[in-house]
Amino acid sequence: MIDEALLRSLTPGVIGVLVRRGADFAAAEDAVQDALVEAVRVWPADPPRDPKGWLVTAAWRKFLDATRADTARKRREDLVDTEPEPGPAQESDDTLRLYFLCAHPSLTPSSAVALTLRAVGGLTTRQIAQAYLVPEATMAQRISRAKKTVGDVRFDRPGDVATVLRVLYLVFNEGYSGDVDLAAEAIRITRQLAAVVDHPEVAGLLALMLLHHARRASRTTDDGALVPLAEQDRGRWDTTLIAEGVEVLQAALAQDRLGEFQAQAAIAALHADAPAAEETDWVQIVEWYDELLELTDSPVVRLNRAVAVGEADGPRAGLKALAGLDETLPRYSAVAAYLHERDGDRRTAARLYAEASRKALNLAEREHLTRQAARLNN
Amino acid sequence: MAKYLLLKHYRGAPAAVNDVPMDQWSQDEISAHIKYMNDFADRLRDRGEFVGEQALAQEGTWVRYDGEGRPPVTDGPFAETKDLIAGWMIIDVDSYERAVELAGELSAAPGKGGLPIHEWLELRPFYGHAPTITE
Repeated sequence: MIDEALLRSLTPGVIGVLVRRGADFAAAEDAVQDALVEAVRVWPADPPRDPKGWLVTAAWRKFLDATRADTARKRREDLVDTEPEPGPAQESDDTLRLYFLCAHPSLTPSSAVALTLRAVGGLTTRQIAQAYLVPEATMAQRISRAKKTVGDVRFDRPGDVATVLRVLYLVFNEGYSGDVDLAAEAIRITRQLAAVVDHPEVAGLLALMLLHHARRASRTTDDGALVPLAEQDRGRWDTTLIAEGVEVLQAALAQDRLGEFQAQAAIAALHADAPAAEETDWVQIVEWYDELLELTDSPVVRLNRAVAVGEADGPRAGLKALAGLDETLPRYSAVAAYLHERDGDRRTAARLYAEASRKALNLAEREHLTRQAARLNN
Repeated sequence: MAKYLLLKHYRGAPAAVNDVPMDQWSQDEISAHIKYMNDFADRLRDRGEFVGEQALAQEGTWVRYDGEGRPPVTDGPFAETKDLIAGWMIIDVDSYERAVELAGELSAAPGKGGLPIHEWLELRPFYGHAPTITE
């Protein structure tokens, strides 16, 4: 059995070595993909003692094969001869730069996601295509265009870590479809990032992912229906992931540089901390939403805050917190329906749940909201 | 990252600006139209935005269950007034705005006189994933 997670985790480092030896990013990335394919074929029968060294050798050979021009090869071989062996610090710098490159602001979100999953995550184009339900040829084109777009970006200075985090957040939130578990991949890649950069928001995002991933088994029924947080079987939450998430979050908060991912993780941690839904510390959750609003001033945060206010101070207060929000916001009607039902107005709640189901952005939510409306109508 | 269906109708859409049926075009006009459609799909493939496309025959039948042990009931062909889908293209794009832009480009396919048809296309979003993080 070959350890695919290990294999994938080596990808960014090996690309980094090739780039340092003089390969351009696009060619290095292709060569490493080819080497990964060979590893999957060869390793089961003949496992290497030094997996990374094996991959570097194989990828470098593939890179040289791909660049036929003698002069170019000579130049690159000269480069190898003069290049000192990298120390650990340089390796983590290389890995970090690769994250920045793959999330470069010149890329569209879908391109950044695809490139990150391939060059940093070590997934194959086919796996990425399956995860996003598009043909493999389409995904191959998306990746190849993305590589061209960042082709001229200098590979020598770090960018803004926030762009990287946004890409990883997108991957995590996509969840699970087909053979590739994108949530698990996002966690793996974020862990890898957290290992090379000490930044409280990187830790905050990792904690947020761990705390939400911990609830995965309880979030849907066996036939895929959504289970709201209050009704989830908390006995099925993964306590190991929660403990790790809380620990990562506390270390991040201790740095006293609050950011939106830390605040979101703090909210998730408060939910995780409640043995039963009724024991949730909603007052503190509202406080964290206030912090989040200071940081982002996002209408989605205001909407979620209204739910928390409804729990902390009663449904009337929650409805009051909704005032002034744009009613076309996704989930606005669902939140209003919930608060009206808590306030005893079943008729308005049923109407709003039906409206919310028509505006749902995904099938699972649509079905959940339709059931809520039907429950109140019958 | 969202999928959209571009739906083309034989009947049922509002009238196009250049609304001359294809059987009254010249050979060259027909060729130019087909080339435009193929080039459009190729550009989508090249940009990594293409998911799929299919065309549907004009013939169709209504079918429904008619009770245990009985064959399904069929009805049709469709009445002349009925909305009739001609085919579709599925795209995977970064935004609604991009989807509208592409639909507009497809609607500019040339018809009679080599001028854009300005055909009305129906743009329908697919349901996405239920996001993991909602609170």
